[in-house]
Amino acid sequence: MKKFIFFIFVILFSSKSFAVVTIDITRGNLEPLPTAISNFYIDNPEKFSEKMKALKLEENLPKVIKGNLMRSGLFYVLDNKSYIQQPKLSHLKPRFEDWRLIKAQIMVSGKLKIDEKNRLRVEFRLWDVVSAKEIEGLALFATPSSWRRIAHIISDKIYQRLTGEEGYFDTRIIYVAESGPKTQRIKKLAIMDQDGANNKFLTLGNELVLTPRFSPNGKMVTYMSYFKNLPRVYLLNIETGIQEVVGDFPGMTFAPRFSPDGKKVIMSFARDGNSDIYTMDIESRRVEQITSNPAIDTSPSFSPDGRFIVFNSDRSGFQQIYVMRSDGRGVKRISRGKGLYGTPVWSPRGDLIAFTKINKGKFYIGVMRTDGTGERLLTQNFYQEAPSWSPNGRVLIFYRETASGKKGQGASANLWAVDITGYNEVKIKTPTDASDPSWSGLLSK
Amino acid sequence: MLTKNIRNFAIITVLGFLVSACATGGKRSAEDWYTGSDTVKFLASGVPDRVFFATNKSSVHSAAKETLAKQAAYIKSSGISVVIEGHADERGTREYNLALGERRANAVRDYLMSQGVSGGKITVISYGKERPVNPESSRLAWSQNRRSVTIKAK
Repeated sequence: MKKFIFFIFVILFSSKSFAVVTIDITRGNLEPLPTAISNFYIDNPEKFSEKMKALKLEENLPKVIKGNLMRSGLFYVLDNKSYIQQPKLSHLKPRFEDWRLIKAQIMVSGKLKIDEKNRLRVEFRLWDVVSAKEIEGLALFATPSSWRRIAHIISDKIYQRLTGEEGYFDTRIIYVAESGPKTQRIKKLAIMDQDGANNKFLTLGNELVLTPRFSPNGKMVTYMSYFKNLPRVYLLNIETGIQEVVGDFPGMTFAPRFSPDGKKVIMSFARDGNSDIYTMDIESRRVEQITSNPAIDTSPSFSPDGRFIVFNSDRSGFQQIYVMRSDGRGVKRISRGKGLYGTPVWSPRGDLIAFTKINKGKFYIGVMRTDGTGERLLTQNFYQEAPSWSPNGRVLIFYRETASGKKGQGASANLWAVDITGYNEVKIKTPTDASDPSWSGLLSK
Repeated sequence: MLTKNIRNFAIITVLGFLVSACATGGKRSAEDWYTGSDTVKFLASGVPDRVFFATNKSSVHSAAKETLAKQAAYIKSSGISVVIEGHADERGTREYNLALGERRANAVRDYLMSQGVSGGKITVISYGKERPVNPESSRLAWSQNRRSVTIKAK
């Protein structure tokens, strides 16, 4: 990543001025904030090559920001046909009456420039239309090819300024791209930006691959592959493309995730019909058995401080969710409602556990507190599972499958996202059918 | 009025029962494992290649034991090595289903070994819900997909 992009952050303006406009994201947001995003203006068009001009960054960069903010459900971006003021003046000296007239509460403006070192310089400003003040401003430098990341970083700044919490737009999703008939599904690892752009396939589809998960720094992925018909957990370095099998287990390993410090992989190992939870230290290769129970123990996920593990077990006779200390002691069942519970995953904020629930033939994605209280079901469907958290712990991405007819017709698998308030359920577009999404941390962190 | 409602309810219940009985064609046991032969192939003449399981279960029921006894006899007499594939239906979470498929394949392995097959002749692999034999989303298809399949090792 460093090869392609470099950033110098310059806070241009004090963002200390008090904002009148804020968004409360702790409750379902039924009234998204009316927002205007002006086209950016080009300060020195004579320095823009034909190739640069063809990118139409003055329109497309704001368009990417608009897409991000709209998908969050917290903003409603007004149609730019209604904007009265031109981009340059909007950026330099906005006439707030004009923006109030179209009922915008905040306005985003920007300037593009090619500097003396031939870098793209993007400057943006966020205006509080209600109190007629600038509340955020930033200049970023980057190679022109990484302009989409600039749009995502700006989107994160806007989100953060108005909600008081970190954004999640400068992130990527790793997932399994699916094609072919249901009985012989072809599965490839794929990676894309959080908004679906820059989609790339990482494997060819010669063997089944399942459940990819990012390392905390986003450079590694752990996943399961049926390479040579030996289902095992693998590590993949996204930058070098180097893959390696995790450990030397005499049977199937599956359900991998990284520890929060990125030093260990936690997973299940199945032997003689029994699945238990193990960790392997990536550097020393030391393997440690964490659970030892004749029941199925799987889908482990560390708490963000690394002190606890939440996992799935059928030791009660049915799939339920348990929490234990990271050494495997102090096992406590936390799921208490009717039905089966699976795929628990600890929120990066530490406060909640997301899960899949199966009850009376329906599948739910839900969240509960780490002691199992406060269960809330966010969405219900024919089939959906495997939630993964946005880095700020506000949104869950998961996959959903549709029911199919006699010959498998009507079958589909797609990525969806939902706020933990239960509002704003959105389909995430992918070039092929998709499953098993995993959300990276912020790339610029 | 009340009695009429109760009678209507009773009729609907009976009809509902008939409809569901017809839809499955009696191919599933009360415990919900498949008892038909629609998807079954043969390991050798007269030796069915697969057995079926109840939802979330891995126990080998009596009809399955009959099939596995035939498999065991054939494996012993022919001296072949086999791979037992364990499968689950699509109505569970992916990771749990991988474990469940493994548990089913091993239940079959244990039974074959109890019939005198050497453990060294058997390898197991779980496909979880990844390789259904019937792509339909129906109770009948799911019962056909909850299976173990014994194939000759290559």
